[in-house]
Amino acid sequence: MNTMNLRGSWTLFKKEVHRFLKVKMQTIITPALTAILYLLIFRYAMGERQVPGLDVDYFTFLVPGLAMMAMMQNAFANTSSSMIMGKVMGMHIYLLMAPLSAFEVVIAFLAAAVVRATIVAVVFLSVLYPFVDMSVLHLGIILLYGLCASIIMGGLGLIAGMWAKDFDNIAMVTNFVIMPLTFLSGVFYSVKQLPEFWQRVNDANPFFYLTDGFRYGFLGIGDTDPYASIMVVIGTALLTIISCWYLWSIGWRMKE
Amino acid sequence: MSALEIKGLNKVYGNGNVALHDVSLSVPKGSFFALLGPNGAGKSTLINILADTVRASAGTARLFDHDLFAERNWCKRQIGVVPQEVAFDPFFTPREVLAFTSGLFGCKPDYVWIDHLLERLELSAHVGKNTRQLSGGMRRRLLVAQALVHRPQLVILDEPTAGVDVELRRRLWDFMRELNAAGTTILLTTHYLDEAEELCDHVAIIDQGKVVTAQPMADLMEQVASSYLWMNYEKQLSLSEGDALALAAFKPRLSDTGVCLQLGKLENGQSTFHTAYEAAVARFGPPQDAGVRSEDLEDVFLRLTKKKMKEAT
Repeated sequence: MNTMNLRGSWTLFKKEVHRFLKVKMQTIITPALTAILYLLIFRYAMGERQVPGLDVDYFTFLVPGLAMMAMMQNAFANTSSSMIMGKVMGMHIYLLMAPLSAFEVVIAFLAAAVVRATIVAVVFLSVLYPFVDMSVLHLGIILLYGLCASIIMGGLGLIAGMWAKDFDNIAMVTNFVIMPLTFLSGVFYSVKQLPEFWQRVNDANPFFYLTDGFRYGFLGIGDTDPYASIMVVIGTALLTIISCWYLWSIGWRMKE
Repeated sequence: MSALEIKGLNKVYGNGNVALHDVSLSVPKGSFFALLGPNGAGKSTLINILADTVRASAGTARLFDHDLFAERNWCKRQIGVVPQEVAFDPFFTPREVLAFTSGLFGCKPDYVWIDHLLERLELSAHVGKNTRQLSGGMRRRLLVAQALVHRPQLVILDEPTAGVDVELRRRLWDFMRELNAAGTTILLTTHYLDEAEELCDHVAIIDQGKVVTAQPMADLMEQVASSYLWMNYEKQLSLSEGDALALAAFKPRLSDTGVCLQLGKLENGQSTFHTAYEAAVARFGPPQDAGVRSEDLEDVFLRLTKKKMKEAT
């Protein structure tokens, strides 16, 4: 008699979306502005220089990378902050008490993370649209990589939120795992500019494939073949969903 | 039919602490059931297992004849829990919180019912406020509304009136009585034992993770609660060997002002009041003042839990 609770899952999704929209200055406007500031700083620092090995100027090169970075960071922040706030405020028990399966909870959280990441990227790109000669060469690739990035990062945020006991734990994951991997992923440069060792490290960095593939969708250039990376990206997204589902279903660090 | 039937429930935490040991309980459908125990007795652990925020180590539980652990989600829809700790979502208003809670339990938000709950719990004037702006008592009442919003058949109240003023507490209990009269089973833990005695028709006392007693309230009070006859005298009394022998049936205890005798029942069911009174008058003369005091639930609770503690040591 354990029927599905689609309304419950939909409600959780709506609640998560409402939550970040209630503080849109903090969750939408600020991240988009931060990305724009990065862009302006690099624009003035790098001038008209071309990216070595790629036939594109830095400014144009940076835009899709920064959009992807903002998406990844916000997808992670959405789930991780919701979870840790729920734990700290004691609200997480309402999720545990609700008749929701692990799959219904995970899908709702990830869908809300995707929505927030998409809104941040759309705001960022819309503001820049009049100033950048930006083309959309492969819309399907952009959507696929954007979706997978949001799922992967939303999922990692959920796992980090389940693991964390306080805000400090989340800050630790953000600063020592997410930020370094994001910066290493080629948001600000072509990874071919990196020393050999770091290029090899990046081979195992899913953030690199996400950033590179997303950029390819806009510019048609990249460090890897995005079609060859598709399976890595989809596989990582599926693995993240399965991990979240499993950890939630066993009540990892949530139920004693 | 039982609303809840628990058999052999055990909970051992990761640090080895045994919170529940072989707990078996039956909560009759439609009852107002008091689950009492001193701090750390295991009440909240038991409630948390029912609410699925803590895992049981062993045992079975059936809710309205459904396996609680195998049919979790069906059972969760039948339970509304007011947690002991005040938890609130700082992003939403009380009305939004109730609509979301309703949805999480798979129900379309019923705004007539939501507004009724807000009114009964005296939160109507605060519907537009963010939960951050509510006082502690208001937040606690919002938790009660959250537990009721999906119209559960079993409501579990884990110390719901801590921090709520007397007047509001009275009105909250009136509301709970109404729900109970309409068929909702209510499981209550509280440290206000006078309230438990007044409200509940069944009681279970647990201590150190074990059930000390579980029975209808009236039976417990009938079987365990004693009545005492106290008699005050002008002078301090002393108990001679002859006095002790003559009053042995009444377990006499001397105090600074007189003597206290434990009353019992005669074979015909009548109280031993007259016999005790006459026996005392025969030994000490007529008292200056006298009266009868019956033990209440608090006395019974203290007696049973202290006895348990003595046995344990």
